[in-house]
Amino acid sequence: MAKNVKIYSTPTCPWCIRVKQFFKDNNIAFEDYDVSTDPVKADEMVKKSGQMGVPVLDIEGEIIVGFDREKIKQSLGI
Amino acid sequence: MHDLIIIGAGPAGITASVYAARKAMDFLVLTGDIGGQTAWSGDIENYTGYQFITGPDLVGKFEEHMLSYNTSVKEGEEVIAVDRAGEAIVVKTHKSSYQAKAVIVASGKRSKELNVPGEKEFKNKGISYCATCDGPLFSAKNVAVIGGGNSALDAALQLMKIAKYTYIINNTPQLGGEALMRQKIEQARNVEILNNSEVTAVLGARMVQSVKINQGGAEKILSVEGVFVEVGLIPNSDFVQGVEKNSRGEIKVNSRNETSIPGLFAAGDVTDVPEKQIIIAAGEGSKACLSAFRYAAQH
Repeated sequence: MAKNVKIYSTPTCPWCIRVKQFFKDNNIAFEDYDVSTDPVKADEMVKKSGQMGVPVLDIEGEIIVGFDREKIKQSLGI
Repeated sequence: MHDLIIIGAGPAGITASVYAARKAMDFLVLTGDIGGQTAWSGDIENYTGYQFITGPDLVGKFEEHMLSYNTSVKEGEEVIAVDRAGEAIVVKTHKSSYQAKAVIVASGKRSKELNVPGEKEFKNKGISYCATCDGPLFSAKNVAVIGGGNSALDAALQLMKIAKYTYIINNTPQLGGEALMRQKIEQARNVEILNNSEVTAVLGARMVQSVKINQGGAEKILSVEGVFVEVGLIPNSDFVQGVEKNSRGEIKVNSRNETSIPGLFAAGDVTDVPEKQIIIAAGEGSKACLSAFRYAAQH
């Protein structure tokens, strides 16, 4: 079954653009939260990851900071 | 064995790839990321043909152009060594090893660190090396930009639109960089320029709360939640041993982009070419490819 994926990002961050493209290329759906305009989600991201860098991924509760291809693949089982 | 391997996919590497594709060379691109420093730039107003474009948008155009030729791009493959072995140049990555007649090093530069207490501890916890990426998280907060050159001005120009108040902490008597950028900053009401100032520590608890600075001998604490480090760049040239470099670690090239190793060419910010600009890197990439094409054809 498809995993629940949340991506916390800003529209201007190059790694955010690339991580989202990676999910699109692999046909994996995700929810995208723009933390530059959504302060509630920005807070949620900082609480979950304990840091303020984007992107942050929440894959079924597993938090991955940055576009860490290997970790993402492992977490998704692809 | 390939005709050519291009290391890096910033403006220099991507432009080289376009020329290599149009010369029908057998080549591939090895790179950690796409766009290099351009991807991290804010507003670009000096790339001919675009009166205004953002860094990520320009990179999007570059990438689209590169991929329109079905070029083989191995992204996320970090090069660890480049050596000549007989007739070939061997490029080792953390995953594999490749051979080519000619190689273009276009691996650019990376951000220098501050090397002060608190920097490692608060990395991504208020300290950022990318205003374009992380700036929006500091909406209505006080932030500090460390540095006084073009990239510091670029960061300040982005942050002053988002943050409540932006300090620029510059260790020289006055700001450097482009006059037009400086004017915009000097006119902003929510920016304060602190010249002759150095950051001595970044302080906080879980996240950054302040920076300690030394302003001409006087110690001050500035209450900020964000610290954007823009104190210059160092070339990504460590993986090329045995090539002639200058004292800054930049690879020495001649006007044909040849290095001290036959068959090894270099282009863009990783080289000692005067002036580091997107448009210059792109031009250097095309020159390097044309030189590499001639070299590969003769060998």
